[in-house]
Amino acid sequence: MFIGAIGCEPLQLARVHLENSRSMEVYRRNGGYEALKKVLTSMSPDEVINEVKKSALRGRGGAGFPTGMKWSFVPKDSPKPKYVVCNADESEPGTFKDRYLMERDPHMLIEGMLIAAFALGAKTNYIYTRGEYKYLIDIMDVALDEARAAGLLGERILDTEFSCEIHTHTGAGAYICGEETALLSSLEGYRGHPRMKPPFPAVSGLYACPTVVNNVETLTAVPDIIKMGGEAYQKLGTEKSGGTKLWSVSGHVNRPGVYELPMGYDDMEKFIMEDCQGMRDGKALKAVIPGGSSVYIMRADQIIGKDVRMDYEGLVAGGSMVGSGGFIVMDETVDVFESTKNLTEFYKHESCGWCTPCREGTDWLVKVFRRIAKGGGVPEDAQLMLDLCDNIEGKSFCPLGDAAAWPIQSAIKRFPEDFKKHLENGLQ
Amino acid sequence: MSEQLTQIKPLYQPVDIPAEIATFPPEIEAEIDRHLAKYPSSRSAILPLMFIVQRERGYLDPPGVAYLAQRLGLRYTDIWEVATFYSMIHTEPIGRYHIQICKTLSCKIMGEQKITDHVCSRLGIKPGESTADGKFSVSLVECLGSCGTAPMLQVNFDYHENLTPEKVDKILDSLT
Repeated sequence: MFIGAIGCEPLQLARVHLENSRSMEVYRRNGGYEALKKVLTSMSPDEVINEVKKSALRGRGGAGFPTGMKWSFVPKDSPKPKYVVCNADESEPGTFKDRYLMERDPHMLIEGMLIAAFALGAKTNYIYTRGEYKYLIDIMDVALDEARAAGLLGERILDTEFSCEIHTHTGAGAYICGEETALLSSLEGYRGHPRMKPPFPAVSGLYACPTVVNNVETLTAVPDIIKMGGEAYQKLGTEKSGGTKLWSVSGHVNRPGVYELPMGYDDMEKFIMEDCQGMRDGKALKAVIPGGSSVYIMRADQIIGKDVRMDYEGLVAGGSMVGSGGFIVMDETVDVFESTKNLTEFYKHESCGWCTPCREGTDWLVKVFRRIAKGGGVPEDAQLMLDLCDNIEGKSFCPLGDAAAWPIQSAIKRFPEDFKKHLENGLQ
Repeated sequence: MSEQLTQIKPLYQPVDIPAEIATFPPEIEAEIDRHLAKYPSSRSAILPLMFIVQRERGYLDPPGVAYLAQRLGLRYTDIWEVATFYSMIHTEPIGRYHIQICKTLSCKIMGEQKITDHVCSRLGIKPGESTADGKFSVSLVECLGSCGTAPMLQVNFDYHENLTPEKVDKILDSLT
C-alpha cells in the first residue's frame, strides 16, 4: 500500500517513512514541537486562532466546517473548564488515514492538540479512539508518556505558565460515536446517542462545558499552520479549502493507499488513472465514492474528461463531496445495487436507535433490499426506496440518517440500469 | 418495527437480583484506578473498565456487571444499558479467539466472501457461531478502517490484512 504525497511537498506525511518515526526523538529532530514552542513563547491564544482562520483549514472528519471558526465559538469568559477532544473514531467506510497518522507520527497529534488546548484554554483533553484501534491507543499512550517525561505535557510545559494533560479513551465499536455529540455522550459513559444542537459543543459539550471536537487530520495540520503561517498554508490549497488533504484510496485500483494531495488537485481522472496507477486487471472504471460511504456515488462519465477538481467546491460541482476523503473505486464488475445494499446494511447496523426516521427507515430499506435480492423485486420498489429515503433525509436527529439516504438516492438516479435489472427479474 | 426493537433479548439474569460480585487482584485494581484518574466523572471510565473486565473474565458476565456498578457507584441497569449498546462489549461468552471479518464495501468488492467461506469451512461454523470447545468465534463486522489493505480480518485486537486463503491458513494455524 502506498503512503505519500503527490503534487506537493508532504506535510502530514512528512515523517511517515522515517525509521522509528513514532518516537519523540525522530519527531523533534525533524522540526517537531517547534510550533508548540513558538506558540507558548511568542503568541497569544487569539493569534493562534487567527492563524488557523487564515489557513482556511476545514474539518477533515467529513463535515468540512472551518476549524478556526469552530475554535472561535468557544466562549472566552466562561468560568467552566474547557476541553479539546480529538475524534479518532475513524469508522466511515473507506477511510483509514487517521490510523496511519497515529501509527506513524503520534507526536504530531499531541503537538496539534497542545496548540489547540493553548488557544482555547483547555487543561484536560481526550483522544477518543475507536475500540478496534487498540494498538493505536497503546502507541498514543507510549508517545504521551514520552512527552510527559520531556516536559511537553503536564505542569508548566516548556517552563511556561501553560499546563495541560491529554488522555486516551477507547470507544467500543459504534460508528455513531464519530458524530461529535454522540462521541461526547460516549465519553461521558453513556450510550452513544447524539444530542440536540444547539447548544453546540463549543458552548455546552463534554460535562456541559465548552468543548471543541476535531478530527485527527485536522489537529495534525495545526503544527504546520503555525510553523509556516496561516496564509502560506492556505496557499498550498485553494482560497476556501486551505492546505493539503489526505485521501484513503481503496477498491479496484492498482495502487491503493493514503495520498496527500494539495486541495484543488487537478483532476480526479488523473488521480485515479496515473497516481493510483489505474484500474486493476485492465478493467473499466464504473463508479467512485470519493468521500467515504456517506457521499453521493459518481459515475465514471462524471469523472472521465470532466476535470473534477479535488477540493470541497470542486467535488460539489462534480456531483459529490469531499467528506472524509475515503475514496472507494469500483470497476465494471461491481453491481451498484449490491454495493448500495451493502452500505445500507452498514447504516442499519450502525443506526443508534435514538430517532424513529433513521432506526425504522434504515431497517425497512434493508428489508426491501433483501427482498429484491432474493428475486422479489417489483418496478415500484425504486420509488418505494426513494420515498423511504425522503422520510429519513433531513428528518433524523443527526447526520447518520442523511448519510444512509444519500448513497441510495444517488445510486438509483445514477445507476438506474443496475436497479432495473433486479427490479424486473430479481437476482439472476 | 425495526429489528432493534423486535429483537431485544431479555437479560438472562434479572437485573434486580444481586449477583456474585467479581473480584480482581491488586494489579488489575491499580490499572482500573489509573483509568478512573483520567476523568472528572468516574462514569466516563465505563468503557475502558468494561474492556478490562472482559479481558479478565472472558466476557462481561453478571458478577462483572455487579463489580462495575459498585466500583462506579451506578445501578446495574446503567451498566447493562451501556454494555448492550456497544458491539465490542460481549454480555455472553465468546470464543478465546474472536475472528472478526470485515464485510463492508471495500472488503466486499475485494473478495471478503472467499475469506469468510474459507474461515468458516476450516472451523466448521457459520458467522455468529463459536466452536464447541469455545476456542473460536466468527463474526462478520462493519468497516475496521483497513480498506486499502482489503480483504482483512481482526483476531481479537490484531489486524490481518491483504488476505488470501493461504494467509488465513497460516493465521489459524498460529492460534493455539
